[in-house]
Amino acid sequence: MAKVIMTADDSASVRQMVTFTLKQGGYDVVEAVDGKDALQKLATTKVDMLITDLNMPNLDGIGLIKGARALASCKFIPIVMLTTESQDSKKQEGKAAGATGWIVKPFKPEQLMAVVKKVLG
Amino acid sequence: MTDLHRQAFKEEAYELLTELESSLLELEERPDDQDLIGRVFRAMHTIKGSGSMFGFDDIASFTHEVETVFDMVRNGKLSVTGRLVNLTLAARDQIRAMLDAADSGAETDLQASAEIIVGLRELAGFAGAASAAIEPQEVVEAQRKDPVTYRIRFVPQEDIFATGTNPLNLLAEMKELGTCTVVAQTDGFPPLEEMNPEGCYVHWDVILTTDQGENAVRDIFIFVEDDCELKIEVVAEHSRYDEQQDYKKLGEILLERGDITADEMKAVLSQQRRFGELAVSEGILNEAKVQAALAEQKHVKEVRQEKQAADASSSIRVPAERLDLLVNLVGEMVTVQARLSQTAAQRDDAELMAIAEEVERLTAELRDSALNIRMLPIGSTFSKFKRLVRDLSVELGKQIEMTTEGAETELDKTVIEKLNDPLVHLIRNSIDHGIELPEVREAAGKPARGTVHLAAVHSGDSVLITIADDGAGLDKEAIRTKGIERGIISAGAELSEKELFGLIFAPGFSTAKTVSSISGRGVGMDVVKRAIEALRGSIDITSVRGQGTRITVKIPLTLAIIESLLVKIGNDSFMMPLALVDECVELTREDVARSHGRNLAHVREHLVPYIPLRQHFRITGTPPDIEQIVITQVNGMRVGFVVDHVIGEHQTVIKSLGRAYKDTEGISGATILGDGTVALILDIPQLVQAVETEQN
Repeated sequence: MAKVIMTADDSASVRQMVTFTLKQGGYDVVEAVDGKDALQKLATTKVDMLITDLNMPNLDGIGLIKGARALASCKFIPIVMLTTESQDSKKQEGKAAGATGWIVKPFKPEQLMAVVKKVLG
Repeated sequence: MTDLHRQAFKEEAYELLTELESSLLELEERPDDQDLIGRVFRAMHTIKGSGSMFGFDDIASFTHEVETVFDMVRNGKLSVTGRLVNLTLAARDQIRAMLDAADSGAETDLQASAEIIVGLRELAGFAGAASAAIEPQEVVEAQRKDPVTYRIRFVPQEDIFATGTNPLNLLAEMKELGTCTVVAQTDGFPPLEEMNPEGCYVHWDVILTTDQGENAVRDIFIFVEDDCELKIEVVAEHSRYDEQQDYKKLGEILLERGDITADEMKAVLSQQRRFGELAVSEGILNEAKVQAALAEQKHVKEVRQEKQAADASSSIRVPAERLDLLVNLVGEMVTVQARLSQTAAQRDDAELMAIAEEVERLTAELRDSALNIRMLPIGSTFSKFKRLVRDLSVELGKQIEMTTEGAETELDKTVIEKLNDPLVHLIRNSIDHGIELPEVREAAGKPARGTVHLAAVHSGDSVLITIADDGAGLDKEAIRTKGIERGIISAGAELSEKELFGLIFAPGFSTAKTVSSISGRGVGMDVVKRAIEALRGSIDITSVRGQGTRITVKIPLTLAIIESLLVKIGNDSFMMPLALVDECVELTREDVARSHGRNLAHVREHLVPYIPLRQHFRITGTPPDIEQIVITQVNGMRVGFVVDHVIGEHQTVIKSLGRAYKDTEGISGATILGDGTVALILDIPQLVQAVETEQN
């Protein structure tokens, strides 16, 4: 049974690349176009990990992390945020909201896989 | 990054730019609309982030400038003015132009970009030209150093699970860095009624010996450094072992860890009992703390013992030329020894015979040990290939894993060196033509990641090297078409699978549709085959469409001396490599008559085809009444060679034939016999092949 990872990102091309990379790594992927969409899908789908962008319409990444952590099914899953800001404030905010780790954009597929392997074991 | 993703990004960016235009125009109407400002910011943010991801660095750094300004607007530090909207619209057009130019290679107007940036910076009140170009992230290869032992105490905060962190993963990552001893400390558990079931009350003492350096250890904890207490101390540098024979005493370790105070330690030490037991019974320490310290002691001892053992098996470095000289001298010696044995046999002198036998025994041992000195494990070559596979798969956008087996198999150094190029070529071929692109593999129901398996194994006095991939397999029809195209085979030719696969070794043959930078260098498999045959080896292909291809290269262990069978035809002597010889049987005149000129012999209920060497080499004279068939096995097929007499086994020092005879078919070299005559060494695989093609 392959593990399921959700990618929440308003950028179609980043979503596509993340999905493509994860599928190659043998994971199943659920896509969400923003935080709101992600939370709706999380309510009905069980995922093993969440990868989310921070800047999204309707509900941003921080809001999504908080919302996901409030769901029993996502309480302890790894959540990784994509940031272009390498400054700490966003990272800290994300961590405070309950994020497990982060990936700084731009990243290469192998960097993404390394982080997934790291937090998902 | 694949073109697929680049294309997706471009489409998305064009869409965003269209949206951006309408947002900006609306923004002019309603400059205070936070929602619109957010939309503009996000559009810029996405173009920047995704742009840098897919290699549009110019677009990313340019967009960054606009994004910075709108971030200020978003945070209320800057208000929307007509000038800002104008500049942003200009920026939008500029980004569009950059996108258009990205694939056509046209130049974008750098002047215009610069002007827009200056304008935006003025608005934002930036001085100077502090450009914030995006730095590409370099992945720095870890510096390999001497192994160092670290003592790591990892105390996660109680609420670490709330951020989805699994501490066990972190411990597993440490295990990957080197030798690792983990002791869990559970004294942090509160009474049951106070316990939060979702809290983490365990902490770990880890002793880790690694050559990756402290930063690699710290990197493991990069996500949790604020949510845990982490102590990393160096406890032993393993390069300085010789000075410190014994590792620290238990008390010392506990003191260093801060598990015990100096006063407590003195108190315990003043009583003459085992320190650990005492400290526990006195209630100064709990059992786990002592266990952790003991584990450290044990771990360091073990690592040291390993290192000392490695140091003890010392070796000396000798220049290769000296070894070559030694092997050459041994070769001469073997020739002389053969003469001595022969002379002794002719003299019928018992004493001389005894000496000759003694010399023969010693020479054989000397030969073996001299050749053994030059034997190296093939593993070093294997690990070089790992890099090749990695780089090539990245270049081709394929996912390939290389597995190896039998890296410890030893081969003569010169053979290994000469094997390098052919093997590189074969691996390139597997990757380039064999393994499919991930999406193709998935469509075929295979895992996206392909495998190239490299294996080496001894077989008699040869080594079998196998390169097996689980790729597409060879396309028989494509090979046939190409063969006809190239004029290698005729259009109606009926070929067996083996013969078809053999075609790929024909000069100038390549089935790749496009010439890639990898295999299509005009250097084909024919070069590989020639190189392998120059090593007196053979190469064999099996392939199943859709399941992969297996190439087996058989190579003699050494190039200098072989065991061989001496045979005679008339007055000529020939040598046959003993490794290929199965058995010798008689061939009588009746047998020949019975087979009606079909050159087939009955050997224990089986038909064995044979090659009468006398006819093949056109040697005059009449054969004896009873001839001998030497039955050999080549690529799993038994073929006999008819000779007049089989003389016996010989050690053969291989001398290459001069330039004039270099390409003689069926002869791979020559050797000098004890009586000074020259015997030719038969190239069995080539002879078999030559006769096969003749019959076809």
